[in-house]
Amino acid sequence: MSFQSILFEKTEDNLIKETPEAPSFFVDLNLDQIIDAITVFRQEYNLKPFFYSSLHDIATIQYRQEIMQDLEDAVLNEHIQSFAQKMVIVRRYLGLVEKLEFTNFREGWFLEAALTYCEGVESLAQDLGRANIKSHGLLTLREYVDGYKSSDSFKQLMGEIKGLKAALSSVNYCVIFKNLTVKVRKYEGETDYTIEVENLFEKFKQGAAKDYLLKLNFESNMNHIEAQILDCVAKLYPDIFTNLHRFCVEHGTFLDETIRIFDREIQFYLAYLEYTSSLKQAGLMFCYPQVFNTDKEVYIEEGFDLALAKKCISEHTPIVPNNFYLKDKERIFVVSGPNQGGKTTFARMFGQLHYLASLGCPVPGRKARFYLFDNIYTHFEREENIKNLRGKLQDDLVRIHEILDQATPNSIIIMNEIFTSTTLKDAVYLSKEIMERIIQLDLLCVYVTFIDELASLSEKTVSVVSTVYPDNPVLRTFKIVRKPADGLAYALSIAEKYRLTYSYLKERIRS
Amino acid sequence: MKAFLLYRDQDFDLQQALPSNEQALVQDLELNTLFLAMARNDKFIYDIAKRVILSSCTNLDTIRYRQDILKDCLKNPSVVKQIYQIPIDSIENRQRHWLGVFSRYPAGILSGARDFMKMFLDLLHRLREIAEEHADKFESEGFRTFFAMVKRELSIEYLAGVENHLMELRFSEGVLLSAELGRGNEGTHYILRKPPDKKNWTKRIFTPKKPIYSFNIHPRDDAGATAIGELKDRGINQVANALAQSTDHIDKFLKMLRVELAFYIGCLNLSEQLAQMGETISFPVPVAANERRHSFQGLYDVALALTMKQKTVGNEVNADNKDLVIITGANQGGKSVFLRSIGIAQLLMQCGMFVPADSFTANICAGLFTHYRRKEDTTMKSGKLDEELKRMSDIVDHITVNSIVLFNESFSATNEREGSEIARQITTALLEERIKVFYVTHQFEFAHGFYSKDMENAIFLRADRKVGGARTYKLIEGKPLQTSFGEDVYNKIFKSIPIENS
Repeated sequence: MSFQSILFEKTEDNLIKETPEAPSFFVDLNLDQIIDAITVFRQEYNLKPFFYSSLHDIATIQYRQEIMQDLEDAVLNEHIQSFAQKMVIVRRYLGLVEKLEFTNFREGWFLEAALTYCEGVESLAQDLGRANIKSHGLLTLREYVDGYKSSDSFKQLMGEIKGLKAALSSVNYCVIFKNLTVKVRKYEGETDYTIEVENLFEKFKQGAAKDYLLKLNFESNMNHIEAQILDCVAKLYPDIFTNLHRFCVEHGTFLDETIRIFDREIQFYLAYLEYTSSLKQAGLMFCYPQVFNTDKEVYIEEGFDLALAKKCISEHTPIVPNNFYLKDKERIFVVSGPNQGGKTTFARMFGQLHYLASLGCPVPGRKARFYLFDNIYTHFEREENIKNLRGKLQDDLVRIHEILDQATPNSIIIMNEIFTSTTLKDAVYLSKEIMERIIQLDLLCVYVTFIDELASLSEKTVSVVSTVYPDNPVLRTFKIVRKPADGLAYALSIAEKYRLTYSYLKERIRS
Repeated sequence: MKAFLLYRDQDFDLQQALPSNEQALVQDLELNTLFLAMARNDKFIYDIAKRVILSSCTNLDTIRYRQDILKDCLKNPSVVKQIYQIPIDSIENRQRHWLGVFSRYPAGILSGARDFMKMFLDLLHRLREIAEEHADKFESEGFRTFFAMVKRELSIEYLAGVENHLMELRFSEGVLLSAELGRGNEGTHYILRKPPDKKNWTKRIFTPKKPIYSFNIHPRDDAGATAIGELKDRGINQVANALAQSTDHIDKFLKMLRVELAFYIGCLNLSEQLAQMGETISFPVPVAANERRHSFQGLYDVALALTMKQKTVGNEVNADNKDLVIITGANQGGKSVFLRSIGIAQLLMQCGMFVPADSFTANICAGLFTHYRRKEDTTMKSGKLDEELKRMSDIVDHITVNSIVLFNESFSATNEREGSEIARQITTALLEERIKVFYVTHQFEFAHGFYSKDMENAIFLRADRKVGGARTYKLIEGKPLQTSFGEDVYNKIFKSIPIENS
């Protein structure tokens, strides 16, 4: 099969390749921060639409995982980056060509762009040839680039460019500035005056000297004076400049469309790997998850919240990885326990991991298996919206209703501390109702709540709890573990700390 | 071009770190008095004299090289002062005419450097004239090399050539640049070229005409004029740099000449003052560091002489082949003065100067260290013995074989037995490590302990005291006594009994 795209193995018409807007759950899961950070240094490629499009077939996920794995090879990665760097330069030169008024400069820069492009293609072909490639995507790309490079049209292009460059670099001329007149003629072997002056004063040399060479500003040097000088030079060397002109007319568009698209799409991988490399350096692990759409068994070993990890590294605070698994009939994590203990982080991580896996990316963790969802729905506590005439509780219910309406058994729902603005009795009632519906849908869900009763509603629910250090309950471990929801244990340990437990109180009262 | 008046083959290194015990040396040996006398109110000479003296030289050859130059200076003081005036005039001219390279543009740098160079040309002419007139009066290798270099490198023809170039660098015939085409056909690799000679211009007229294209810019095209200026700057940049660096080099040459001569001018100043007091000076005879020599006649403390502004008592000692010199005896009998004269003479010898003595010979030392009693520590950080031991430990951190240590009543902050034992252990160790020790002490147990060992490499000196308590301020060879005649001094202070003077 011939090479089409490095992001999609198949190219059916109905395939959503790019999504202009971020999915609605992005903000809740902090995926917006992650994707912003991944793409920030690659704005010109407009990569976000790729990161906004989750995949729905396992073959494409595998297609990407294989390519990503190949690109983890530092040498190949660097080679692709240097190709990309060349393409950046090509675009910059072509941009210059569009802006310039002076023909001889314009054509000079056009030639540079073409040269850089051809060099880029040649070294890409060479680098791919040497690389130990296993992925189907890069293998077909290699075939394509090889074929393109050895085509007659490419060879001819390269030949013409080299001939012109050699001719232009043989040009050697003199400019004489006197008052308002500028004269241009060929160079006739005049001696270097600077060297003569240096020789004259050689005898005074006293070791290293201060440098008086000025860093002259060369930015604006394609002005009308230089253009006129160049026009004079063109008259001194008419053949060379005529050939250059013919070249520019004949090769108006030298960029190959497939290569141009590859140059953009490959950045998806490079951007993601670059983002993860700093985390890897900090000792964190990434793995390629297995993704299934057949059964809903999921797990992660040593997973973490990618957005939080980045922040922890920059603030030099430790990152606490967490494990989870759901198997057999288990579908729903009910997360309870002390606040600030990592409950929300756990919920976000669950969503992030699934989403990143659905892009074909490696995920934070040692070993992972996920479900290929059709959509993710999140409901995180929001600030009260004044424009909205409904109360907060009503807001919550409207939103949850929408979610439950749209969700299918293949969806993922992430609920974070809802119904905090009503009485406990109401909250328990409402939560149970909602939970019943979620259980009925048989979908994967993370439900962060302060209501312990939810944890044991069904065989589909699994209770996980954020934990504290037993001897100092004020300190969180940020570990979320499978454990019956038991608010009491936590309360007791705090009491102990303040010497208010039964035995403490007996003792204190007695004394 | 190098002056090379302090070293045969290198500049004096102004950045060279002074010995770590610089402060102790200055304080213990009263060196400031010496530096001030050499400086005669010239801060620059003060700094240089201090640097040269404190950065002791351990190379016999260099010491002799400087001694010869100094002898020439003593013979021809006025010529030396004339040469010294040249770098001083350079500084003054520079300040008076605002000379210097300050511009942010190559054209400005070039013109600044040109004016600067012009000023140097006059001074270099003067230097050459002095060399031609007086060179034959100098005998030292240093000065002969210096004058020969000046005559060779600053010939009339050469200086005229420089003047010519300075004219050409005005570019009244226009600026000629060569260039090549770089990326995007932009001109690159601009090189300033020497315009063909006028003669060749005429020749050119008769050779077949080669194509030349030209254009004019409109007088009101400011952007065009700026662009041309920038292009010219690219060519001039290099040559401006070369010329400016050359002025820097000449400036450095003159500055180094000033530095090196400042030392000798300081020596001349000192010799003039000592001569006025009727004190003698002589050139010492240094011997290799691994030998053990210390013999002298009429060695006096130059710091004391300069302070008293009169002739002082000198000592005669032969301590050849000795590693240990222990000095005991009467209070106020001249022990400290003697120790100081040893230290100063060593430093003066090792910087190439004359010494305050009728004759003096000694082995050079790898490092000179002083360990004197200090005032009570006011910072309350440590007790006195503690402080003394800490200083001793600092010395040990830096000391090497063939060094000299001058102890002045060290380790007496505790009782005599303990102090003696500390001193004994330290001294023994130093001697075994081939370090020469001069030790002024009141500690009988310590001094006598060494005396009774009957060592061949030790000598014992005693401050002389005539019967009745009169001091001669002379040291004589003699065994340590159990009293230091402190009673005499006590009596003088408390009972107003005058000490009978000789």
